[in-house]
Amino acid sequence: MSSPAPAILIYAAGKIITMNPSRPQATHVAVRDGRILGVGTLADLAGWGPHTLDERFAAQVLMPGLVEGHSHLMAGTLWRYTYCGCFELRDPDGRLWPGAATLDAVVAALREAEAATSGQATPVVGWGFDPIYFGSQRCTRADLDRVSTQRAVGVLHASGHILNVNTAALELAGLLRTEIAHPGIPLGADGLPTGELKGPDAMGPLFGQLGLTRSFLSGDEAGIRAFGQLAVRAGVTTATDLAATLGDDELSTLLRLTAEPGYPVRLVPLLRLIGITPKEAVARAVQLRERNTEQLRLGRIKVVADGSIQGFSARLRWPGYYNGAPNGLWYTAPETIRECYTLALQHGVQVHTHTNGDEATELALDCLQAALRQHPSPDHRFTLQHCQLADAAQFHRMRALGIGVNLFANHHFYWGDQHRATTVGPERAERMNACRTARDTGVPWAIHSDAPITPLGPLFTAWCAVNRLTASGRVLGADECVSVADALQAITLGAARSLHLDGEIGSIECGKRADFCVLDDDPESITPERLKDVRIWGTVQGGRVFQA
Amino acid sequence: MTPLPTHVIGGYLGAGKTTLVNQLLRQAAGERIAVLVNDFGDLGIDADLIIGQDGEVLSLAGGCVCCSFGSDLVGTLASLQRRAQPPQRVLIETSGVGLPAAVSRAARLAPGLHIEGIVVVADALSVRAQGTDRYMGDTVRQQLADADLLLLNKADAVLPETLAGLRAWLPTLAPQAALVACVQAQVPADLVYGTLGSARDETARGWRPTPMAPQPSSQAADTFVCHRLDLPPGVDLAALSARLSAPHTGLLRAKGWVLDAQGQRWLVQTVGTCTQLTPAPAADGASTGRLVMIGLRDHFDPKAW
Repeated sequence: MSSPAPAILIYAAGKIITMNPSRPQATHVAVRDGRILGVGTLADLAGWGPHTLDERFAAQVLMPGLVEGHSHLMAGTLWRYTYCGCFELRDPDGRLWPGAATLDAVVAALREAEAATSGQATPVVGWGFDPIYFGSQRCTRADLDRVSTQRAVGVLHASGHILNVNTAALELAGLLRTEIAHPGIPLGADGLPTGELKGPDAMGPLFGQLGLTRSFLSGDEAGIRAFGQLAVRAGVTTATDLAATLGDDELSTLLRLTAEPGYPVRLVPLLRLIGITPKEAVARAVQLRERNTEQLRLGRIKVVADGSIQGFSARLRWPGYYNGAPNGLWYTAPETIRECYTLALQHGVQVHTHTNGDEATELALDCLQAALRQHPSPDHRFTLQHCQLADAAQFHRMRALGIGVNLFANHHFYWGDQHRATTVGPERAERMNACRTARDTGVPWAIHSDAPITPLGPLFTAWCAVNRLTASGRVLGADECVSVADALQAITLGAARSLHLDGEIGSIECGKRADFCVLDDDPESITPERLKDVRIWGTVQGGRVFQA
Repeated sequence: MTPLPTHVIGGYLGAGKTTLVNQLLRQAAGERIAVLVNDFGDLGIDADLIIGQDGEVLSLAGGCVCCSFGSDLVGTLASLQRRAQPPQRVLIETSGVGLPAAVSRAARLAPGLHIEGIVVVADALSVRAQGTDRYMGDTVRQQLADADLLLLNKADAVLPETLAGLRAWLPTLAPQAALVACVQAQVPADLVYGTLGSARDETARGWRPTPMAPQPSSQAADTFVCHRLDLPPGVDLAALSARLSAPHTGLLRAKGWVLDAQGQRWLVQTVGTCTQLTPAPAADGASTGRLVMIGLRDHFDPKAW
């Protein structure tokens, strides 16, 4: 006796954008077993047998579920703290937080949080702070002392590179003293730290005092759940956690949560090459691959070559930083990168490499070239992450070496003005995150948010790549703008390709996962300037419906 | 409380930083040393020195420990000082691409310790190529420039003329540093520490030199001479400092206490061409000053002191 055939559900939609060039649009999509049975007209699909017609999306637009190729679970974790950014933002529960346009507004938000905080020693923490939009006014510990003189108060900047704290926090960390000589700790007229702490070394002593521990970075249970909610709101059905440590505890939490019937996003955590040798990392990645599930995709490695451009820790080629700042720092030695690439190619492990400055990009390309000579590996899918400052010659090299790129389109909006004025100057700022060059040179490309550095939202990211507007309203690098069609491809199939998952996700076609982004507006007909305003209803992931 | 003597050990990948750490651990002579490494990734601590692991901390022979500091150097230093048996000396080994002076500045943020100096290990075989490398050159040159004491390791692996060339070239990159050629990072711990015995021993028992470590056999390696100098009260600090800092005397290290004309006691520390004078509290019965000096056997002339 055979079991009854699994149910077929056919969704009728106002429009289906498939991202499959041979059938770009459709009206119906059939789903069975969480996968796409077919897409086309109702008549096309009826041949699969008895079905149920679901018309709940009849007035809406379906796209492939969006893929965020560079985010961090910390985007979910941070929401337990107070949002202090300049731009309005929705939290995992859908509450809209207004942007704080002044330092007073930031202090007021933190005071409100402080009043609701129990326990005498509990710190008050804010995040997303970006005082560059407040003109020349600097935040000092006196400002945050208005929040509390008893509790430690700390506000993490949006860039993640600066932390402001109050007097109590400095005192707890043993830093409220004179004779501190550290370039990351500015001193006031009284010889004491002003409360601004720049760079990981200076911030480090304060993280413990503020309770920003390891789970803060890796995403604990609550953070992973919140991240899932953020993904639904952003139309995302697959997202990366791009620098995970993947210890046994973290792995079991991830396995447990992503296996829950209600967890709405497929997670792709990459194992960071830190604290372990390349040999250990590759062995661990191979081992992790065995633990793969439908909703948790393991077995990739992340390497960090340099720092960040706005933190002046990225490695730039000649002539370096526009403001004359010394060149940045190497985070991983070339020998280590080369060894990691070689071993990874040998074992078929994919490596994503963070390169911000163009010298770091050049080094990664040199290392890959050498490793490929040793282990020629067609379709290795190595990817450069951020790769913000690459020039055309480097994109040609990427094409030749078969390496893809995931560009930081959002950066343009949030820090483009600073890049133009301070870090790299007008000419190089215009070529940053060169989506058009990537496309024209034939390099597989995607775009990303690096959430929580900028908010998770691929349609916003697409808008950034299409319009290249900065926060001040300047079009920075008009010749690098891409079309809406290209940008939509980048946030679906492009990102899926970077993860070597394009056989499963990224387009709506027979055999792929039933992952859809459900929209109330049509991104193909809205004016490109309004792409970011497209309303997102929610997602369908693996055939399960999640309303935002 | 006496500040915890702390040393930063830098140098590029493969230069011999961990070899030096092993040498220093073997000369610990009862002193509890804590070794901080950036990560346990390719930990090269000699297996026979490792006794066991207790969470994030490796216990080593003789009450020494080793732990990784990752992204929290200050927190790790603070937790070390809270141990039931706190360390008496700390060695911070930077990552191969780390800048030792930056690590030293970060370590200074931890209360209760004193950075005694930066030792940078250079590989005689490859330091020149590394220092002129397209990508790493500036990083390697900065590491070298950060050194107070520069150990030119693997000196037996290069031709004498290459070694001579390095002896001429390295001081142009690290003019402050005392330069010592060695093999397998074999140098007396006293050379790195600038002390003979721990700070505790010095205050409790006077300056009792620990025996010099066995001298290396290779002809390429420098050998050392130790000299003790008694100085009556009324020392002219400026003149002493200038003399200790003078280049080309063969003096590598000096440490001790002196009394000035006003009877104030000063801690004197010289490494390379840099001398530090720090006011020190008076010590019972210390009516005279004393310096312990380590020099290159072939260049340093004890009789000149």
